[in-house]
Amino acid sequence: MVKVLIPSGALGLGYDRVALAHGITLKPDIIAIDGGSTDSGPHYLGSGTSKYSRNSTKAEWRELMAARAQAGVPLVVGTAGTCGADDAVDWLVEITREIAAETGESLRLAVLKSGQDNQAMVTALNAGRITPLPAAPEISDDLLLDCTNIVALAGAEQIQEALNTGADIIIAGRTTDTAIISALPLARGCHAGGAWHGAKIGECGALATTSPNSGTIMIAFDAEGFTMTPMGADARATPRTVSAHMLYENSDPHILYEPGGYLDVRGATYTALNNREVRVTGSDWIVSDRYTVKLEGARRVGFQTVSLVLVRDARYVENIRTWCDDIQAKCTAKAAARVEGKFGIELRLIGVDATLGPLDTAHRIGTEIGVMGIITAETEALSREVAKMLNPYLLHHPLTEHEEMPTFAFPFSPPEMPRGAIYEFCLNHVLQIDKPMDAFRLTVEDITP
Amino acid sequence: MTRLADIADKIRSKNAGPFWLTIDIFCGEPAAFARVSTALETETVAALFQISPDTLKRFDLADLNVVKFSLPRPNVQGTPADRDMHGASFANLLADLNV
Repeated sequence: MVKVLIPSGALGLGYDRVALAHGITLKPDIIAIDGGSTDSGPHYLGSGTSKYSRNSTKAEWRELMAARAQAGVPLVVGTAGTCGADDAVDWLVEITREIAAETGESLRLAVLKSGQDNQAMVTALNAGRITPLPAAPEISDDLLLDCTNIVALAGAEQIQEALNTGADIIIAGRTTDTAIISALPLARGCHAGGAWHGAKIGECGALATTSPNSGTIMIAFDAEGFTMTPMGADARATPRTVSAHMLYENSDPHILYEPGGYLDVRGATYTALNNREVRVTGSDWIVSDRYTVKLEGARRVGFQTVSLVLVRDARYVENIRTWCDDIQAKCTAKAAARVEGKFGIELRLIGVDATLGPLDTAHRIGTEIGVMGIITAETEALSREVAKMLNPYLLHHPLTEHEEMPTFAFPFSPPEMPRGAIYEFCLNHVLQIDKPMDAFRLTVEDITP
Repeated sequence: MTRLADIADKIRSKNAGPFWLTIDIFCGEPAAFARVSTALETETVAALFQISPDTLKRFDLADLNVVKFSLPRPNVQGTPADRDMHGASFANLLADLNV
């Protein structure tokens, strides 16, 4: 049996300390935690940075490092620094060294990097080794060269390679959410379908229980399947909470693709062992005939500046679209005559249909509207320049020519807020490799006080 | 006719990666599931998203009393045209459907 302790769904998100301490007393074989996701958008991969605060990450990582030292087992984090880009891995490695220096701990640290060289990706594309997944965008050599970061998602094999170094702590770049959990059970010969299924159920910590905020869970893997046990005193896992988790952020509720194969849970049975633990057997792992890893990439698509004005005058609220269309046309014409370079002005109506746009056919208008001007341009200076041209319109533009100049509510001075570079995800593809470590780099460092 | 939100326990939409959106209609009980599963047409949901019905993947999951739909995201997550980074608001489009 292999017991995997999962402190929470993501490093930096918080967990129940009592639940984690309880988990340590049950002698896990490994502690595994996810460090990221694409769910917060392309900025993090584009810029190679973390979405969580450094101080929060350091505080939680210090506690997990202490828990690991107490348990005397490996601690593995996947998708370090939200995006798992090499810079984000280096960020967490630096935090780890700082903590070790502060606590005087000796550690063996294994670092697995998932970043891909742009030129190598062009070569792979031309060799037919990069293929699209459903709903993938078109790609080209130029697009691959344009990416600020491309990462490949490591699977169980690469984490096992890191575990084989005898590391106390493994900091991995981009991995699948499940690989950090399934790696050790698979290496020790546990049921493959059970290992991947349990890993999927556990990837969000206690989300698959009745008490999602308690964070910590234990999954025990064996030759037939797995058993899920929440560590929070009030948390319960039920066949329903466990089986329903396959729906979560998954476009197909039965299938999960991973490097080297896929999980099929259609044959799974979920049995309540008591009122808080669930046993799962019957899941299948189907090995694929080629070994592929998913790629994620982000590239810079411009710079943005945002201005916000609040409109409360009833007549303007009633005629808000006319007002906005007129501003957009006039400001676009003025800016085009006065600046060089490509730019776009969008006015989004907060309180009308800012959330769903043209899909929101049932929207109603209230007493006030926030008008968010979004200026996207090819340089930062240009986006700010056009925003400054937009601001007088947002402040004073009259609905008709012959009326007293109105004034609307700017909440800030200056009203324009530079958002910096903006990025977009541009890869939804897989890369075929001959050996699992081909697209990854593993280094080991012994830290001594 | 009843609003879908009044039959279902919960309607949830989430990103399934940056390129896909997935919507789970949790019906709670077998009777509500049977009603939603029969009365809610794939074409109606496709029309809400202004897409062709063949673009929509549908799963009727009797074990969980859930009807699930997945579709390519209306705009890829985080692109300038995207308005909802986590895709959670799309669930509201289904809430007001009459079933």
